[in-house]
Amino acid sequence: MHYLAITTPTLQRSLTVLAGIALTIFLIRLADHIQPRHHTFRWQNISSRIQLRVVWLSLGATIAIIVLSGIGLIVGDYPIPATKAIATALWERNGEYDFIINSLRFPRIVVAILAGMCFASSGLIFQSLINNPLVSPDIIGINSGAAVLAVAILAIGGNTEHLPWAAFLGALLTAGLIYLLSWRKGISPTRLVLVGIGINSVLGAIITYITIKYPIERVVAAARWQAGTLFGARWDDARTLAIGLLILLPAAFFLTNRLKILQLGDETAITVGSKIERDRLALLSVASLLAALAVSVVGPLGFVALIVPQAARLLVGSITGGVLIFTALLGGFFLLGADLIAQRLFAPVMLPAGVITATFGGPYFLYLLARYNRAN
Amino acid sequence: MITIALIFSAITITPILAGLLSNRREKDAGPFISNHVLGLTLSLILVVVIILISLRFGSLQITWEAAWNAIFDYDPTNQSQIVVRELRLPRTILGLAAGSCLAVAGALTQGITRNPLGAPGILGVNAGAAFAIVTAIYAADIVTPEGYVWFAFFGAAGASILVYFIAQFGNGGATPVKLVLAGVVVTALLGGWTTSLLILDLETLDEARFWLAGSIASRGTDEIAVLFPIIIIGLLLGVALGKQINILSLGEDIAMALGQRISLIRVVAGIVIILLCGSAVAIAGPVAFVGLAIPHMVRSLVGPDYRWILIYSLFLGPCLLLGADVIGRLVVRPTELQVGIVTAAAGAPFLIYLVRFTKLSDV
Repeated sequence: MHYLAITTPTLQRSLTVLAGIALTIFLIRLADHIQPRHHTFRWQNISSRIQLRVVWLSLGATIAIIVLSGIGLIVGDYPIPATKAIATALWERNGEYDFIINSLRFPRIVVAILAGMCFASSGLIFQSLINNPLVSPDIIGINSGAAVLAVAILAIGGNTEHLPWAAFLGALLTAGLIYLLSWRKGISPTRLVLVGIGINSVLGAIITYITIKYPIERVVAAARWQAGTLFGARWDDARTLAIGLLILLPAAFFLTNRLKILQLGDETAITVGSKIERDRLALLSVASLLAALAVSVVGPLGFVALIVPQAARLLVGSITGGVLIFTALLGGFFLLGADLIAQRLFAPVMLPAGVITATFGGPYFLYLLARYNRAN
Repeated sequence: MITIALIFSAITITPILAGLLSNRREKDAGPFISNHVLGLTLSLILVVVIILISLRFGSLQITWEAAWNAIFDYDPTNQSQIVVRELRLPRTILGLAAGSCLAVAGALTQGITRNPLGAPGILGVNAGAAFAIVTAIYAADIVTPEGYVWFAFFGAAGASILVYFIAQFGNGGATPVKLVLAGVVVTALLGGWTTSLLILDLETLDEARFWLAGSIASRGTDEIAVLFPIIIIGLLLGVALGKQINILSLGEDIAMALGQRISLIRVVAGIVIILLCGSAVAIAGPVAFVGLAIPHMVRSLVGPDYRWILIYSLFLGPCLLLGADVIGRLVVRPTELQVGIVTAAAGAPFLIYLVRFTKLSDV
């Protein structure tokens, strides 16, 4: 009666990995085939130029996310028929598999997508603002700020209920500290990065100290958290992320115009009438909040914030509002794919998603880099 | 406590004073140190002072006299002299070597990547060494310092060769951006594998976490002695490259127009960086921050001329590393803090101070 139940681990493993690869190739092909065209949108006294290519690519990324989510619902340690799994997730309440689908798999998928969106858009704003492809919330210390408090709680065996709050607080405090310390008659991007690195290494030292000081059983929990994992993601987490994104992503979207002016250099930005410090503060706050939000839920998955914006830039060019949305979607796709592969690759042993983002994302990125180097 | 305070203030106050002084000066007055005879003499004195401090202070209380005699008038029956000769002297030498390697390699990396975030770690050195060591512990149960040395060296060298290899594909050879991106990707890749080994196997984590913290205490001295010729050649070559790096830092087009063979410079600098970083990691483990911060500090003192940046880095790198090591021995007596922890914790405030209160020269 039940069709399409994918039960063998080998089949699940190959399905997730192949789907990840196929969808990525689909996105790259899509980017190749669509010519850059513009459409100018006018409505009363509002007008805006829309890059059609970005719109199509965003649509492609959305489809990729939906397909991956479907696969994510179907595969797992407990075999559930494909039609049943999707029905339970979407409309069938109180079914046989309600708990597995709606309490375990579905929230985890949603959290992966939303957290990936947060990380990627945060990374894009940081990289464009500082004008350095190496900058991400990871490198300037925001993730370490979250990690210090989280690792401390895990190491002293504190109440893990407070962990997300502590991580969020740690990330925000660190971002604030970096901003204050690099303020001197304004913010210079280079100074911000260097102060960030300084703070990052102090926090890293504290984490190392905790790591060698406390008993190994607790240290391993801390190491797991630091690798970044979506294990045990709940609807509450998804709600937190969704609310945050609903506020922050539109804010970021409208701030991209400001960001483009800032990229012209401080002198030019001032000349065209931009309040550079105000804009910079707004952008940094949005980017830090996005990073803090994601870190507090899934741990420091720094690689997403670093590599997805780069990949998006190779596919569609430098930052605009549309590129921001596309980058966010690409981040969601990437983290979801990474998490699914992390779950299934050595099933039933589950790797943290952070391990897979690096091992699978790295080569993909190199491939993109080589491809577009040759094309240019 | 007084000694700790003294040492700490000695190594913190120097750059802060320098920063304050240079801050007072006119904006366009050029670099803070323009008299290099004086500057280099002062740096050399600082190195000697730090060496003496490193021999004198530690968990065992020793007089200046005993420390002096241990070097110049060794009495093998005197317990304090044995401690100095057998433990602190090798440790000091290792600190000197690792510090200068890291600082010079850091300055070279910043030069060829033209990125202020350029540190040896960016070329995958630390990640490669950590990967090799963790794999060695996991797969072959290698837990002796002697075993670590070679795994670290070849892991570091292998990773950075891989980074260069990847970066030279496509147009223009190993350009700064490609180099940096390839480094980031390889670092993340190796880091991912290392992390999964560490969290899958409790014993490996237990063994490796101490190496990963970075330390110059009780390393395999005999094996490291083999590395010394490599280190000396690397340092000499590195310092000699100053002029070429200067031209390279004007940008590729200008460098090429001036008749420089940029890909040759990049390859030579790359080999030097690999030798120096590999040795440093083999000696001290992944000590972060020295390679990154020292060139920045030096740049804020002597300006953007790489000929001087490299020489000063050679002297001041060991000061940070050894100073941090001494602090690590003293703060939690009778145990120790690993030097990797202290360099970060004590060095970062300098860096923040310098970038805050001095005129920042671009890389």
